[in-house]
Amino acid sequence: MLLGIPPGLLLIGGAVLIPLMSGHWRKAYMTILPLAGLWALAGIEHGIYYEFTFFAYEIVPVRFDSLSLIFGYIFHIAAILGVIYAWHNDDTIEQMAGLAYAGAGIGALFAGDLITLFIYWEAMAITSVFLIWARRTDESFRAGMRYLLIQVGSGVLLLSGAIMLAQKTGSIAFEQMTLDGLATWLILIAFGIKCAFPFMHNWLHDAYPAATITGTVFLSAFSTKCAVYALARGFPGTELLIYVGAAMTVFPIFYAVIENDLRRVLAYSLINQLGFMVVGVGIGTSLAINGAAAHAFVHILYKSLLFMSMGAVLYRVGSAKGSDLGGLYKSMPFTAVFCIVGALSISAAPLFAGFIAKSLTLSAVGKDGYLLVWLMMMFASACAFHYCGIKVPYFAFFSSDSGKRCKEAPLNMLAAMGITAFLCIAIAVYSPWLYSLLPYPVKYEPYTVSHVINQSQLLMFSALAFAILIRYKIYPPPINSTNLDFDITYRKWLPAAYRWFLALTADGWHSILQDLRIGVTRFVKHMFQHHGPEGVLARTWPTGSMALWVAVLLGGFLLIYYF
Amino acid sequence: MTDTPQNRDAPSSGPKKYRLDDPNNADKIYWLLIAICAVLFVADLFYHKHPYFEVEGGFGFYGWFGFIACVGLVFVARQIRKLFKRNENYYDENRNLGGDS
Repeated sequence: MLLGIPPGLLLIGGAVLIPLMSGHWRKAYMTILPLAGLWALAGIEHGIYYEFTFFAYEIVPVRFDSLSLIFGYIFHIAAILGVIYAWHNDDTIEQMAGLAYAGAGIGALFAGDLITLFIYWEAMAITSVFLIWARRTDESFRAGMRYLLIQVGSGVLLLSGAIMLAQKTGSIAFEQMTLDGLATWLILIAFGIKCAFPFMHNWLHDAYPAATITGTVFLSAFSTKCAVYALARGFPGTELLIYVGAAMTVFPIFYAVIENDLRRVLAYSLINQLGFMVVGVGIGTSLAINGAAAHAFVHILYKSLLFMSMGAVLYRVGSAKGSDLGGLYKSMPFTAVFCIVGALSISAAPLFAGFIAKSLTLSAVGKDGYLLVWLMMMFASACAFHYCGIKVPYFAFFSSDSGKRCKEAPLNMLAAMGITAFLCIAIAVYSPWLYSLLPYPVKYEPYTVSHVINQSQLLMFSALAFAILIRYKIYPPPINSTNLDFDITYRKWLPAAYRWFLALTADGWHSILQDLRIGVTRFVKHMFQHHGPEGVLARTWPTGSMALWVAVLLGGFLLIYYF
Repeated sequence: MTDTPQNRDAPSSGPKKYRLDDPNNADKIYWLLIAICAVLFVADLFYHKHPYFEVEGGFGFYGWFGFIACVGLVFVARQIRKLFKRNENYYDENRNLGGDS
């Protein structure tokens, strides 16, 4: 470890110092910080560090093993690339939030107990929301609020689960768990929210496109992959996850096809990719866990690359909507090429990064004989090329010319995209390098004749489908719209129900108040009648009548006494 | 969400001709794609498969499966669009903060 500082804290602490520097010094510092972190991780001894006992519980702030390290490497690489991509951006808040967020993600990876994990988990939520708010629009403020509520909620569930687990087992160690009680279910749901499980996924496609250009690149890398890591650590081989993951690969595709905002298309495709990793975790064999880890590794690269290219378009043109774009390859040829590299990588074309990773998971599914899940994943693979691999570059850079002309992306953006694109290809061309980093030993040859031809067939035929559907104008054209998703429940229905309930209770309250008021008025009126100025009981009586009444009383008394 | 474009002044190099602007070239790409698909489909005759599932071993499985998947996807998505498409400002996000609407 560098200077003995835990890797997560290195970036979080380092981010605090950013305002002390300015200009080129700051940029150099921000780039060197994650580089130094990566360098410190290389060749580090596996094991646990800095453990201490706190109220009879073992706190393990840092644990290095092969599963956490592969995620650690790629998180550092993503942070470096994100910083380079953001060199042109002088927003101090964004710079600090970006690095601190990366640090929180890295810290969570190396957490050896659930309490440390919880702390970093919440730190991720709190730091990342500033990447959304830094857009400084009304819309992003609201999206950020929703995002923050959901993310912090996930952390609260995690903490509740951890406390219950500690009471039951007396340990807070973050190890493999079984779904045998409320405690572990709560933890699974906490992970599931961050991993965008179906019906818990809306924060992702809601917040990511609302974030800043550079912020989305950071966001796309850490939270969800940290959740994948947490699932791989806590729940490998949980069969439920196979079906949850399979659902995740399929349902976002339909939304991605009709979505206009290309950054939102990428957000939906992110969920689809997470699905593959979750299936891998659910199967839980060493091949499948390797598949999930490898997929997370390459996915971070090409998803960043795609978000970078769409960010560059947004930066230059001012919009990332399919309906506003088209023909941009004329103005931004390099960005177009990098976007295509990202698109081919996510589609798992041979010689591009997705190819050597996705096939591990698919083989694991095949070996265990889950035919339906395998077919769903095949469907998702074919469609991923269709809706993401082709749609995003096509509508941005080709399609019918929008007439928009702009400058090529800034040099630092091009540099970041160039390095990422290079990595996407290099990792796939020389597969043993990535395989050597995986948690379990790998004996797998991705480039067999049948595998290469099969994958090419799948991709080329889905490209053909796209070409035919576009040619005959069957493909749904990009139009401005909001497509309803499950978030309608809390963005429309719940608030409406709340207002309805409020109106209802307000009505009830008003009528109670009104009844009370009528009662009080009646009472006062009654009192006034008898005790008011003209009231019988408030009249001024002559002294004589008093004497007369006393005489009558005494007379009455005498009569009673006499008898 | 439309941001202010940064430095949107185009390099003023006059109207340049691009190959893809020519519809003939777009056609060529289309036919080339069909040719590649045909070759890949026939290629199934010439190698040995190691399928995990029976269906995978069928002739040209990956080809027709990919094609049908994508066409099916688009037809279903068109129906979903009919069902779920709403106005862009459906969630009414553009109102001012603090303003009651």
